[in-house]
Amino acid sequence: MNITLNNSPEFIDRDEISISELIKLKNFIFKMLVVKHNGQVIKKQDYDTTIVKNGDNVVILHLVSGG
Amino acid sequence: MLSLSSISNKTVGIAGCGGLGSNCAVALARIGIGKLIIADFDVVSISNLNRQYYFLDQVGLNKVDALMDNIYRINRNVIVEKHCIKLTPANVTEIFSDCEVIVEAFDLSEMKKMIIETVLSLMPDKYIVAGSGMAGWGDNNSIKTLNFDKLYICGDLTSEISENLPPLAPRVGIVANMQANQVLEILMSKNL
Repeated sequence: MNITLNNSPEFIDRDEISISELIKLKNFIFKMLVVKHNGQVIKKQDYDTTIVKNGDNVVILHLVSGG
Repeated sequence: MLSLSSISNKTVGIAGCGGLGSNCAVALARIGIGKLIIADFDVVSISNLNRQYYFLDQVGLNKVDALMDNIYRINRNVIVEKHCIKLTPANVTEIFSDCEVIVEAFDLSEMKKMIIETVLSLMPDKYIVAGSGMAGWGDNNSIKTLNFDKLYICGDLTSEISENLPPLAPRVGIVANMQANQVLEILMSKNL
């Protein structure tokens, strides 16, 4: 399937994928993430149950300390 | 095309008055922003002076009090509303309800996450300009701005502070001023 991940087109070799699996697959290693799925903020406890499908728009952002 | 004077009736929230917030607020004050709502619970310490917009004789003062004084020494026309408080999801929505744009200017990543998630989910009409990744020195060209709808993130997105990678005036100041520049672009280009 084809999705948009952080504003870029991305081919995922699956019919659907959970946010948790996508985070692992794309190697987002920092623990503090902000996730949006089709415009909705997804809380950490919902990463397993939120399913990304063909055409979806996902944003996964690292936040690192400092300021 | 709007003229720059139109920002004199705009309000910007500054969430955190450390390295990002103090420098970003001062940049916006210098160019004539109408109102700044500043919030931080901390006091100025000597170790802050390597990057934050405070002075030796302000050590021990509440950051919001010291920052308000510094802003007024630069521009008397800015209205400053200060809150000496630790920000939470509940008070973020109250304190910043009148802002067109909110600047995320915290130090800790969990606080960054808290305010970004709060603004995106509970204040969907607000723009938020965050900072992430600015520790250490050098590597100018790694610092950039990403945009996702009403969320903007300035920084290199990877360099986290540590003992060997401290936050320092040059890179923190770059990101703080990029945030101010992004706020200005939003205020000048969006129909707010």
